[in-house]
Amino acid sequence: MHLFLFLFFAAFCAGGAVNLLIQRKTINSALSLIVVMGSLALLYLLLGAEFVAVVQVIIYAGAIMVLFIFVIMLLNAGEEEQSKGSNVAKIFGIPSLFGGGIIGIWVLLQHRPEEKLLPIGALYGPADKVGMMLFTKYLLAFEVTSVLVLIAIMGAVVLARRSDS
Amino acid sequence: MIPISWYLLLSAFLFACGVTGFLIKRNIITLFMSIELMLNGVNLSFVAFATNLGALDGHIFVFFVMVVAAAEAAVGLAIIISVYRTRETLNVDRVNLLKL
Repeated sequence: MHLFLFLFFAAFCAGGAVNLLIQRKTINSALSLIVVMGSLALLYLLLGAEFVAVVQVIIYAGAIMVLFIFVIMLLNAGEEEQSKGSNVAKIFGIPSLFGGGIIGIWVLLQHRPEEKLLPIGALYGPADKVGMMLFTKYLLAFEVTSVLVLIAIMGAVVLARRSDS
Repeated sequence: MIPISWYLLLSAFLFACGVTGFLIKRNIITLFMSIELMLNGVNLSFVAFATNLGALDGHIFVFFVMVVAAAEAAVGLAIIISVYRTRETLNVDRVNLLKL
């Protein structure tokens, strides 16, 4: 059952990622990115990361993608213009990509250590433990992050404002 | 029971798709989405290793990555809107000057 769930959502995830690459319209790419993020949230749940799964849905699928789609519709981004690809890239790039991938996988398989099997469904990362850690061990990083978000808000307001006022 | 290497393979695949999209796409918004895809791939390997090691630190890192991604999307999309106002295009090949 767990294996089936993993394979199902991993297939969705990989399919969405490939679809993002082959779609020509920006809005279709954005929708397939939402599929990737939703299935990743379920994979996080399978790994036992409740907090991360919920935050993934709220922040990524909820906030960031809404922002993307809002901008796509605001700017009326239609079909992508195609630029001329160079022949050198096609002749050398694709074979070397496959060759490099095969060599990389082969090297990794040669040096594979003993691997543990991940128990699935043993939820061990509940939100209260993550929150305690966030506010004790990583308190400084958390505060610095809040400053970063504040700067990002101000930067977005300043950059998107019309300058002809 | 699923070996961790399967999760890592999926994570590497997502990252590779993000890199490919960043290199072959010409629409500036799609480039941003490819960056988000790369960040998601890295997040998946963080969570997989956190579960493997039994430590929660990976989850905290994923949280920080998400916050940085949100900040980056906000500022980046503001820059895109500002570029579009002056250039009237979203094609990165035509945005070849730093000057707005």
